[in-house]
Amino acid sequence: MIDRRMGIFLAGLFVLAVVVPVGNLALAGQPVPTYLVALIGKYLCYALLAVALDLVWGYCGILSLGHGAFFALGGYAMGMYLMREIGDRGVYANPSVPDFMVFIGWKELPWYWWGFDHFALAAAMVVIAPGLLAFVFGWFAFRSRVTGVYLSIITQAMTYALMLAFFRNDMGFGGNNGLTDFKDILGFDLAQPATKVGLMVLSALALAGGLVLARWVTGSRLGKVLVCVRDAESRTRFLGYRVEHYKLFIFTLSAMMAGVAGALYVPQVGIINPSEFSPANSIEIVIWVALGGRGTLVGAALGAIVVAAAKTVLTGALPEAWLYALGALFILVTLVLPTGVVGALEDTLSRLRGTPPRKEAKA
Amino acid sequence: MTQPIGGLPPVAQPQLYLDGVSRSFDGFKAINNLSLVIEHGELRAVIGPNGAGKTTMMDIITGKTRPDTGQVLWEQTVDLTRLDEAATARLGIGRKFQKPTVFESHTVQDNLTLALKADRSPWATLFRRGSAPERSRIDELLALTRLGDHRFRLAGALSHGQKQWLEIGMLLAQEPRLLLVDEPAAGMTDAETMLTADLLKSIAGERSVIVVEHDMEFVRALGCKVTVLHQGAVLAEGRLDAVSAMPDVIEVYLGR
Repeated sequence: MIDRRMGIFLAGLFVLAVVVPVGNLALAGQPVPTYLVALIGKYLCYALLAVALDLVWGYCGILSLGHGAFFALGGYAMGMYLMREIGDRGVYANPSVPDFMVFIGWKELPWYWWGFDHFALAAAMVVIAPGLLAFVFGWFAFRSRVTGVYLSIITQAMTYALMLAFFRNDMGFGGNNGLTDFKDILGFDLAQPATKVGLMVLSALALAGGLVLARWVTGSRLGKVLVCVRDAESRTRFLGYRVEHYKLFIFTLSAMMAGVAGALYVPQVGIINPSEFSPANSIEIVIWVALGGRGTLVGAALGAIVVAAAKTVLTGALPEAWLYALGALFILVTLVLPTGVVGALEDTLSRLRGTPPRKEAKA
Repeated sequence: MTQPIGGLPPVAQPQLYLDGVSRSFDGFKAINNLSLVIEHGELRAVIGPNGAGKTTMMDIITGKTRPDTGQVLWEQTVDLTRLDEAATARLGIGRKFQKPTVFESHTVQDNLTLALKADRSPWATLFRRGSAPERSRIDELLALTRLGDHRFRLAGALSHGQKQWLEIGMLLAQEPRLLLVDEPAAGMTDAETMLTADLLKSIAGERSVIVVEHDMEFVRALGCKVTVLHQGAVLAEGRLDAVSAMPDVIEVYLGR
């Protein structure tokens, strides 16, 4: 089931998950600084998010320009738990409501915050909240046969609407400051390097798990039907497949995966705020997948890691150049490497070996 | 259950029954009071000039388009106007398009496998694996469509004629009770055309087949009852020789 490209990637991920902790915690002189651990952990969450988008875009042709919303919802569910974990250690030392609620004069927790002091409930909401949104959104969109650019536009509108909603203080999610000042997770101090290492390793595991799950789904007969939907939707209907059910399944699964990525991301960066819902964020996810290679899973993950790392370096060195560099890269890859870096690499390799190249995925 | 109305002779057990069906698009009557009866196992050719409503008729039968008025009954009991494409396909209506549409990034084998009659729900397809009866059915279909040597090739790499055959193979894999075939001979060589006619004739009997076609040679080779459509309604019906001698039909086909 696991092909060569995924085998190589998973092996690399394993090495990373061993070398980084050892380099940070065990070796003298700390060759891997703690800030780098959190940075790598963040990239791995992005990679999982990219795999989630590749599932719907690369395999089913649903170009979601709103996947950041599912990521952010998973992040908020985790953030709510982390806020409750603070307890009475906040600035206002109020044990019953978080600081931001004290600040806007709320005396009691709103009902939708109930139970978030239990990690199990928060963890369940990490997948339930994005999954439910995707299910309801997809139910209406796919049933009315909204496809192509129209679907992309309404996914974009969805994330934009959520951003505006979460900006409002009376939504009860901290307004434009979002949720922050986290102290610990399950009793582990978030400021400790060991906790950061643990979260990074968990992110690597989640990415590996996400990749294997995505590979299993896309390799199944259902995965083949998804490709049918991508390439010839109407024909698939006439074969008796209920296309909207397939889209709903993969869209919901993908949203849940994005939610997990967001939940792992929040404790590592220490904040979640409405800017995660911004349309530009969701578009960046699409760029990662397009660059890495759509419909390759591993390519999506690699694309996310490489672009995010480049962003860190470039925004540090030449802040004003970053957006131009990203735009140029995207245009270049679209024009020169329509199958993305991984796709182009494999086509070249198979051409060298004399076997016919993989057929290019249709838009 | 329903006695045929609208001047049609009563048929014992029609497979498909259209009565007084109309559908207009922006004021243009694509189908205008169309009535048609297809018996079990019948082979029927539908001919007509461009814009006669052949494609709209097939869209209505398969649930892609809803008629404005009229009745479409499947085996006298099921109202097809309430069903969508997937539901009519599950009932046993298979459709082949004029332009061959196969799944180009799947292999020939996968194309046939996905078309095989089976539970089509996402849950079932997520867990289903290949089985021995399935493999032997695929072998049969590959032999029938003479694509055995291309089993593991991507369907996108096949020639036009091979794609037509693959699509016919996919139709048969669905085990439909009625096949709607839109211009199967388009783009085929003469030899392939005759083979296709033979194939369709051998399919009919066991299943009902409606063939929409322009190519008169092909229709002649089918040797079946012919329905001539014109302006969304039936202009004539009968043997090809009889029909093509009718002045109305000649006028429609040869211009006025």
